[in-house]
Amino acid sequence: MNAAVSSSVTSPSLHVLTPLIVFMVIAVLLFGGALLVAYLISPKAPSRQKSMIYECGEIPVGTAWSMFNVRFYVIGLVFIVFDVETALLIPVASVYRTLVAEGQGLYVFIILISFMAVIIEGLAYLWKKGDLDWVKSYKK
Amino acid sequence: MSANETVIDHLLQFEFFQKISTAIGSQIGVSHIWVWYMVALILVAAVITGILAAVGGFGTYAERKISADIQGRFGPNRVGPYGLFQVIADGLKMIGKEDISPNESDKFLFYLAPFLCIFGVVATFAVLPFSAGLTLSKTNVGIYYVVAISSLVGLGIFIAGYASNSKWSLLGGMRGASQIISYEIPVTLSIMSILLLSGGLSFEDILANQTAWPAGWYIFHNPFTFIGFFVYFVSVLAETNRAPFDLPEAESELVSGYHTEYTGMRYGLFALAEYMEVFVVCGLAATLFLGGYHVPFDIGKGTIFGDILQIGTFFAKTLGLYYVVIWVRWTFPRLRVDHLMSICWKYLTPIALFNLLGVSVWILFFDGKSILDLFLSAISSGPVGH
Repeated sequence: MNAAVSSSVTSPSLHVLTPLIVFMVIAVLLFGGALLVAYLISPKAPSRQKSMIYECGEIPVGTAWSMFNVRFYVIGLVFIVFDVETALLIPVASVYRTLVAEGQGLYVFIILISFMAVIIEGLAYLWKKGDLDWVKSYKK
Repeated sequence: MSANETVIDHLLQFEFFQKISTAIGSQIGVSHIWVWYMVALILVAAVITGILAAVGGFGTYAERKISADIQGRFGPNRVGPYGLFQVIADGLKMIGKEDISPNESDKFLFYLAPFLCIFGVVATFAVLPFSAGLTLSKTNVGIYYVVAISSLVGLGIFIAGYASNSKWSLLGGMRGASQIISYEIPVTLSIMSILLLSGGLSFEDILANQTAWPAGWYIFHNPFTFIGFFVYFVSVLAETNRAPFDLPEAESELVSGYHTEYTGMRYGLFALAEYMEVFVVCGLAATLFLGGYHVPFDIGKGTIFGDILQIGTFFAKTLGLYYVVIWVRWTFPRLRVDHLMSICWKYLTPIALFNLLGVSVWILFFDGKSILDLFLSAISSGPVGH
C-alpha cells in the first residue's frame, strides 16, 4: 500500500467531513459512556430533601422561572448585530490580501471601511444612549 | 507527496493493521480501503480525545499545584508521587457519586446541557492543527468551524442554568450567556485581523505564512496584531469563564453558579469541558499568533519523527499559555458584573475594531510585509553606501 491512501482514495468532501462527524460521535459516545458507568456503579438512594432545589438549606421559595433583567435582552440584540457583521466581514477578510496583490486594494478597503463605519456608528449611538452600561442612567 | 502524508497514512502502512481492517471489511461486506480509512480515523480520533481529556483532567491537578505554589502551600501530595494520581482518584470519586436531579427541574434540558458543553469542545479537536500530519480534517473553513461550534458551550451553560430551576443557577446561566456572547465579538474581530493577513480560513493558510522563529509569527508581524493577541487572550479568558472573569460560577455570590444543581459525573463533564476548552483556545492562540506547530529548519518534515517534533512544539506553546491562564487566575481578583460588560463593549471591542482597520491599512500600504521585513529592506536599501 503506497503513501497518502486517505487523501487519494476517499473523495475530498468525505475526507473533510468524516473526521468532523467522527469527533462529534466520539464526544457523545465517550462521555455518554462515562455517564453510563457512573449510572451503573453509583448508589441510588433518592429522598425528598435531596431532590429539592438548593437554596442555602431553606425550603425553596417560588420558582426560578420568572422575569429577569431586560439588560440581558439588549446585550443579546447588540450581539446579533455584531455577529452578523463579523459573519459578513469574514469572507471579505479572507480575500482581502489577494485583492490587494491584484491592485484592487483601495477599492476593497473603501468597501470594508464604509461597511464598518455603519457598525461603529451603531456602537457609538448605543454608547451615547447609555445602553452599554449595565445599570442604565436616566439622568440628563 | 510525502509532505502531505497524514498520521492515518502512517498507520495504514502497518501490515497488522491492514489485516484487522480487511477482516472487518469482509465481515461487513464493504470495500476494504474505506474500512481501513474509517478504522484508522476512529482510532486516531479516540486517542486524541482520550489524550485531551487527560490533559483536561491534569488541568485540575496543575491548577491546584500552581495555586499552591503561588500561595506557598503544598497542594495535593497524598495520592501517588507528588500527588499525580489525584486526577484518577477524583475521577473515580465523581463516577461513584449519586446522580441527583431536582424534582422541579426541566429534566430533558437538565440532562442535555453537559453534553452540549462537551460536544462543543470535542468537536473542535477535529480541525486543531497538532502537526502537519495530525490535522484530521483539513477543511477550508477551519477557524470559522471552531468559532461556530464552540458557541455550543455558551448554549450549554445557559441551558444548564435555566433547566435547574434554581435561582443561583439561573443567575449564573444568564451571566454566562451574556458574558460569552459579548466576549465573542472581540475574539472574532481579533481572529479576523489575522485572517486579513493569512488570506484564507483554513489553518493551513494561517500557518503557511508563519515561520518557526518568533520574527515570523503573526504576533510580531505588526503593532496591531501585537495588541490583537492581548485582546484575544483577555477575551478568551472571559469566554471560557476563567478568573478574573468567572462570574457565571462565582462561588462567593452564586454558590456554584450554573452547575449548582449538578452532581457526580454530570458536574464532572462541565469541569472537564471547561479545562479542555481552555486548552483549545490556548491552542488557537498558539496557531493564530505564535507560529503553531512550525519546527525550526523543518526538521524531519513529512516523517513520523517530524510529526512528533511538531506535536511537541504545539503542545509546548499551548501548555505555556495554559500556565499563564492559571497564573492569571491566582493573581487577579474577580471583576464586578457591570465592569465586565463595560470592559468588553467600551474597551476591547473598540480596540479590536481599531486593530482590524489598522491591519487592513498596513496590508494596503506595506503590501503585507512584516515589520522585520520592512526593517531589513530599509537597512539593505538605506544609506549604507555612504
